[in-house]
Amino acid sequence: MSNYTAIREWADEKTADKTRIIVGLGTCGIAAGGNKILEAVEKTLANNDDIKAEVVSVGCIGICYKEPLLDIEIPGQPRLSYGSVTAKDTREIIQNIFLDSKYEHKKTLATINDEAFAEIPSWKEIPFFAPQERRVLRNCGFIDPEKIEDYIANDGYLGLSRALLDMTPAAVVEETLKAGLRGRGGAGFPAGRKWSIAADNINAYKEENPDSDSFGYIICNADEGDPGAFMNRSVLEGDPHSVIEGMTIAGYAIGASYGYIYCRAEYPLAIERLKLALDQAREKNLLGKNILGTEFSFDLKLKEGAGAFVCGEETALIASVEGLRGMPMPRPPYPAQAGLWEVPTIINNVETLNNIPVILAKGADSWAEKGTEKSKGTKTFALTGKVENTGLIEVELGMSLREVIYDIGGGIPDGKEFKAAQTGGPSGGCLPASMLDLTIDYEALAKAGSIMGSGGLVIMDESTCMVDVARYFLTFTQAESCGKCVPCRLGTKRMLEILTRITEGKGKIEDIALLEELAPSIRDSSLCGLGQSAPNPVLTTLRYFRDEYEAHILEGRCPAGQCKALITYTIDEVDCTGCTVCARACPVDAISGAKKELHIIDTDICTRCDTCRQVCNFDAVLVA
Amino acid sequence: MINLKIDNKKIEVPDGSTVLDAARAANVYIPTLCDDPLLEPFGACRMCIVEIEGHRGLPTSCSTPATEGMEVKTYSSTIEVNRRTTMNLMLSDHPLDCQHCVANMKCDLQYVAGYVGVREQPYEGETRSYEKDRSNPFYVRDLDKCILCGKCVRACDELQGRQAISFGYRGFETKITTPFDLPMWDSTCESCGRCVDVCPTAALYDKSAEKNGLAMEETRTTCPYCGVGCGLIIETRNDKIVGVRGDRENSVNEGHTCVKGRYGWEYVQHEDRVKKPRVRRYLLEGGSKPKSARESEDNPLWDWVETSWEEALNITAESLHQIKKEHGSDSIGFMTSAKCLNEENYLMNKLARQVVGTNSIDHCARL
Ligand SMILES: Cc1cc2nc3c(=O)[nH]c(=O)nc-3n(C[C@H](O)[C@H](O)[C@H](O)COP(=O)(O)O)c2cc1C
Ligand code: SF4
Ligand code: SF4
Ligand code: SF4
Ligand code: SF4
Ligand code: SF4
Ligand code: FES
Repeated sequence: MSNYTAIREWADEKTADKTRIIVGLGTCGIAAGGNKILEAVEKTLANNDDIKAEVVSVGCIGICYKEPLLDIEIPGQPRLSYGSVTAKDTREIIQNIFLDSKYEHKKTLATINDEAFAEIPSWKEIPFFAPQERRVLRNCGFIDPEKIEDYIANDGYLGLSRALLDMTPAAVVEETLKAGLRGRGGAGFPAGRKWSIAADNINAYKEENPDSDSFGYIICNADEGDPGAFMNRSVLEGDPHSVIEGMTIAGYAIGASYGYIYCRAEYPLAIERLKLALDQAREKNLLGKNILGTEFSFDLKLKEGAGAFVCGEETALIASVEGLRGMPMPRPPYPAQAGLWEVPTIINNVETLNNIPVILAKGADSWAEKGTEKSKGTKTFALTGKVENTGLIEVELGMSLREVIYDIGGGIPDGKEFKAAQTGGPSGGCLPASMLDLTIDYEALAKAGSIMGSGGLVIMDESTCMVDVARYFLTFTQAESCGKCVPCRLGTKRMLEILTRITEGKGKIEDIALLEELAPSIRDSSLCGLGQSAPNPVLTTLRYFRDEYEAHILEGRCPAGQCKALITYTIDEVDCTGCTVCARACPVDAISGAKKELHIIDTDICTRCDTCRQVCNFDAVLVA
Repeated sequence: MINLKIDNKKIEVPDGSTVLDAARAANVYIPTLCDDPLLEPFGACRMCIVEIEGHRGLPTSCSTPATEGMEVKTYSSTIEVNRRTTMNLMLSDHPLDCQHCVANMKCDLQYVAGYVGVREQPYEGETRSYEKDRSNPFYVRDLDKCILCGKCVRACDELQGRQAISFGYRGFETKITTPFDLPMWDSTCESCGRCVDVCPTAALYDKSAEKNGLAMEETRTTCPYCGVGCGLIIETRNDKIVGVRGDRENSVNEGHTCVKGRYGWEYVQHEDRVKKPRVRRYLLEGGSKPKSARESEDNPLWDWVETSWEEALNITAESLHQIKKEHGSDSIGFMTSAKCLNEENYLMNKLARQVVGTNSIDHCARL
């Protein structure tokens, strides 16, 4: 019996046939009040001695807009999920199920199973889940991230055992190459290729420096600095062992015996769970000396980053791990040649590493069945903005934007029109309605002027001003520029100033030409990816929404009605009933008019706070 | 050795050379603002961009290693357009008062802007404005003129090993600063002046430069302060020293100096400086030595009087003889100096042991 079989049997036994009451306690669940639900569960159990169930908290299952979530799992029955529950709901649901075998409740969501149950639909019938393909998120929301046995019982560390017990390091690299997995951190560089270059460099380094303490490093990039992105956080909070396993396999493949997880300090829960998972893995000899009884030894250290976007860039990240200021360095030398402490180093994203155990456990061919010719597998996205259903989703690469936004996302709320989808966060671009049928893959997104990025997906509707969106992203990149190189430090500053004056109604028509001159030059002259990609929001909005720029500059008009300097509030002569509500609500007394008579806004005094429009019961306040 | 082509010129350079090194060897000018042959490549100013056959984009020549068979182009319209935009950006946040500037006519930024051919400022916007830091007695930090090339930071770290300064803050607010953003004088700076030496603008300049125009002559010499013997270049104008810097060609110090060598030169032309030997009047003109401090006060016999070397040495030799005769050799001790040459110290040793006959000889560096 191999060491793995023994661990697996232990885990299966520990997790078998449990009745579980599951509460979603990812950061999203906690923010929605998940801890109150956990309390309610415990209180209900304390008050009902006959109900025997284990209480489990899990990471994010993705359907964030329905948090807090409460799930009940009874052996022999599909797991049932209830959404937006209150403490009262919690008590009712538990008592109904366990005391009366009554499963329907007004907060019923679905079964987390392909089968419906007792009139509760399968989650495959829920539009949010139906088109999704959960592979990266295979364990998120299913296992207790604080229990290694839960992970192992779900095929955890199976990939590692295959790699260590049945394969040579070169064969592991080969398998990863064959899968065609591309880096999920943004640039999409094939993971197998990166590993094979590193493996060669590490061998060469070993020959040249036989006395060195270390011959190579693997670093997991868990910096996740894009505003609005939380894919990596969810994986770390919900399934930390998958990343540890992926890193250990990577270490074996390239010949590194040490690794770092670089995680932003703003992710306290992820850090806590990672620390726990590291201890558990060491205890089970899945990390440390002679892993699973083999010759291979490997260990990991957690390094907390201070939350700078630029520290996600590889060379800056390495500097930060070394204790220096996170500032990018020109390449070559590439980290795979001379990285951390000048030793060959590879850096992979959380999600890249999370895919590795599956590739090894199931085989590259089976893994590569999903996806397109050049973009294999699935990708997670943080779907946010103006869509009905926001949350963490995972789709097969090659799905169209339309499917993601309208099927999974449920379309645009309040009957508004879709205007743009922004992928790749501040480094990406804004894609217009005419591109809704674009497939989500590395090449198609790049061709459209955006990037896959790490998975930010922001949906905008007709009320979004695209000049203002570009300004927003530039505010971020300018503040996060490390300040080292001129095109980025000063180029983003000047672009931001130009965009700001356009949104303030002070733009000149030459400003468009200035932006068109600056943006490509910053892209081509900057030292690192931050500066090189910072112009993307400007370039794409200029390409697809040029008319909005022109409306601001030439007509002094913000078509989306967002830019305060360019809009005026008036009261409609016909609709105004003279109810005086607006006049009383206006914080600056800009509205005059006698009772039952037409009210008038003094546009010189009006600060465009929008209060009057919101309080008017007759839709008489107009914005233009 | 590596063989490559710069603008179709064949050139052979040693292993480890960068593309910029190769261009310099081939006598091809590439503008640079953050490069210094003594410092590690940094890649901040983006002036030195080139095109390389088979490479993507516009690599910076200062940081790209030269490789066998490489074909490099140092000019093209793409290079020039991007370089001009970068230079325009740099100058959009730089006070253009060259005529009033201490760096006028010796400023790298001025030269490279001239090379690029900047004729207008299309990107007007906010400019940085800081108080000048005059806390260091020898140099001034004027961050308004700083282009954040990082040379000072690297010089202090890589050459002086002091790490007194680094980059602080982010984005437009980025600046060179000390730990906790304290004034220079409260940092660990040793006033070696290396950062001032490498600064391509007037963001760091010697206080002495405020009073003087350009130096018109330069003299290579050796620092008189200690036995290391650093090579110095003395900058003069009308026979007056206006500045001193380390001599990069000198293999002893490769341009490096300590605070004394670089900044301790004002004594040279100080009015109080003693330039001829002096003795007390009573030794020259006869009369007896005052016996107490009170007796020597306002006593003309106690005045210092200039004399010739010969006279002064004669008096010294005679007095030593006298003391030796009266009190014995060991009543005399010798103190030499780090400022003397080895040969001078050797002779002093001979004088003490062989001539006077004492072992009491020591050296100021022992203190
Ligand atoms: C400014 C900047 C920020 C980045 N931030 C991240 C990040 O937060 N997480 C990440 O995995 N990669 C980030 N990257 C990309 C990484 O530098 C690197 O390409 C990636 O981690 C490689 O892993 P992969 O090949 O598995 O994708 C960033 C790049 C840049 C230029
Ligand atoms: S591009 Fe921006 S973030 Fe990157 S090195 Fe230059 S200044 Fe720093
Ligand atoms: S928008 Fe605000 S400030 Fe203007 S009139 Fe309405 S309530 Fe008053
Ligand atoms: S630092 Fe150079 S470019 Fe700047 S004002 Fe002085 S001389 Fe002119
Ligand atoms: S004078 Fe010398 S020690 Fe002081 S900051 Fe400059 S380089 Fe560093
Ligand atoms: S002070 Fe001078 S050397 Fe230092 S970064 Fe600024 S311009 Fe460069
Ligand atoms: S000299 Fe190469 S980037 Fe400054």
